[in-house]
Amino acid sequence: MNLAPMLAPKTLAVIGVSAGNDRHPANVIFSKNQLRYPLATYAVNVKGGLLDGEEVFSSVSAIPTAIDLAVIAVRSAYVPAVLADCISARVKSAIIISGGFSESGHDELQDKLVSMATQADFPFIGPNCLGIYSPGVVDTFFLPAERMVQPAAGDVALVSQSGGVLVDLLVKFAVEGVGISSAVSIGNKALIRELQLLEFFEADPRTRVIAFYVEGFARDEGRAFVRKAARSRKPVIVLKAGKTDAGSRAVASHTASLAGDYRVFSAVLAQHGIIEARNELELVSFCEALSCYPETVIKGRVGIISGSGGHGAMAVDVCVSSGLIVPRFGDVVQQTLRQTLSDNIRAIASVANPVDLTGSAAENDFIAAVEAFCTIPDIDCILLLMLPYLPGISSDLGARLGKVFRRHGKPLVAYVPHIEKYRMLIDGFELNRVPVASSIESAVHMTRVLGRGRQ
Amino acid sequence: MIKQEIMDILHRARINGWLMEPEAKRVFALAGLPVPRFAWAADLQESLQHAARIGYPLVAKVVSPAVVHKSEVDGVGVGIADESQLRTFYERVSGLPGFAGLLIEEMAAGMELIAGAKLDFQFGLIILLGIGGISVEVYDDVAIRMAPICPADVEMMLRELKGEKLLSGFRGKPAVNREKLVRVLVDFAALVQEMVPYIASIDLNPLLCSGEECIIADARIMLGEVFVRTGGPDTSFVR
Repeated sequence: MNLAPMLAPKTLAVIGVSAGNDRHPANVIFSKNQLRYPLATYAVNVKGGLLDGEEVFSSVSAIPTAIDLAVIAVRSAYVPAVLADCISARVKSAIIISGGFSESGHDELQDKLVSMATQADFPFIGPNCLGIYSPGVVDTFFLPAERMVQPAAGDVALVSQSGGVLVDLLVKFAVEGVGISSAVSIGNKALIRELQLLEFFEADPRTRVIAFYVEGFARDEGRAFVRKAARSRKPVIVLKAGKTDAGSRAVASHTASLAGDYRVFSAVLAQHGIIEARNELELVSFCEALSCYPETVIKGRVGIISGSGGHGAMAVDVCVSSGLIVPRFGDVVQQTLRQTLSDNIRAIASVANPVDLTGSAAENDFIAAVEAFCTIPDIDCILLLMLPYLPGISSDLGARLGKVFRRHGKPLVAYVPHIEKYRMLIDGFELNRVPVASSIESAVHMTRVLGRGRQ
Repeated sequence: MIKQEIMDILHRARINGWLMEPEAKRVFALAGLPVPRFAWAADLQESLQHAARIGYPLVAKVVSPAVVHKSEVDGVGVGIADESQLRTFYERVSGLPGFAGLLIEEMAAGMELIAGAKLDFQFGLIILLGIGGISVEVYDDVAIRMAPICPADVEMMLRELKGEKLLSGFRGKPAVNREKLVRVLVDFAALVQEMVPYIASIDLNPLLCSGEECIIADARIMLGEVFVRTGGPDTSFVR
């Protein structure tokens, strides 16, 4: 099935708008797309009439243009008829927002949609979902625009079995400055599922990293997914919910009791080179780091630079417990490093790794240390713990260090406290594609995942 | 293709839902996997005859469709030295529920591992390898792979085990024969791949590994629900 018209539609029909209720999901979707997106948007209701001065079409077939995507937000009982209309009007795809299908025991109604769509080679997402948010392209989430926190356009594709989790993840992506290509809520995933979206985003030039929130696969479905993901040239990240087995099942064999559902899930992901995020924080950090360095593969030997001994020590602890190595530099390297520093701190800085430039360091000392790190063969990744309140540092430092990777090929990960006051420093890094974490722990997560990119 | 003789054993076991140890061992022997010399004796007389042929000391185990975990009912006698000990053991276990004879078997020694297979709902056939024996759930030290697996996969699984050191000659103990261990796992995985439509899970526990050999000292095959109910294969997992 061709998913391109669904994920990048030029024309949109919103079916089921209400004449009297502005908060109706269909009205919210119609309004935000009509006002804020570059696609032609049409409202549909069987009764016709006007909505905000725009014509309401009585059916999708009455619209004079070819429709790429129909959003269906009518009561579940009417969905099959509306879907049949879409198919006969040669609409190219649909998103079924409506609930009231298998999630509430109405399997037969859902099966009907699947068999109609399969027969007509007609892709639809849902039912019981939010659909697609693609910055600057389309937004079928029925959440009012002023209530949403939306990440910028970027190159992470995010696919979620839960709409609620997806919206919450978008907030976190926005806060951490991670941009997305598309966010897709697949709901009951009756027809279009993780596998087809993986195939689509694998080929999508706007996407560099593909992330999934998965509650569970259907019978034997995980097998095809992991095989496909193992062959993907782009990093694939999975966050699995439902890690604990509900209740204790009486199992007679040791293998069945030792190989519980989540343990198998986790082991099979690792076997296929799929990155497992253990929680939301890891997911966001992994996405940010891999969208900056999708093809970088490191051996996990980290050089750490900070302006505080304590930050360096904490970072070493997290690095080591995550399986990263922080090699102590030899005398020659230490001497060379020390020579690059300003007179002010040359005598007092620690240069053994972690490097502590002290609170007296000037901006040029950070630049000099990072440049020197780029030439040290013992390390293949640089972790920079920025304390923006140090008197010698300006907001320019981020932009000044932003080109290190492109010049030297050694990835740099920064930690900067995420508050508005330090925004320009953070932007200096991020706009140059250097990932910036909001905690030391996240910075280490970012570093750790760099060993997992695809070559 | 599964041998007809194996299919016959599987069909006969449907009534219990699982294969008792001598049935499971027969399946593995037919498939060319290493099992100790064993015999299934119906009564005391047969037990003594088989014991004389296999030779003391030996292992005797209760066979009963009602006993899935033999050690929990004290149904395993290891190192039975002579006829009188065998008689005593027989007297004790012959009263257990469902008693269907004794398994008489040659002694085997080595490090206790577990190998297993399971039809996972989401991923189909998976293979497990771990530190085994009756304390397997206490150590909880296992590596898991989606099938099929190759020798390199088994090597990776071994490296994943916390107890890997125990396999490579820990504190003067001889190292296990890694080559044979890898071979057994790969052959086992290939066999169960064919058995996917009929099984739910399989334990080889313990799989005894020494410097010389790796041998299936105990085995249990749990049949799949569809096969038990209908006698036909469950085709819902892609192979």
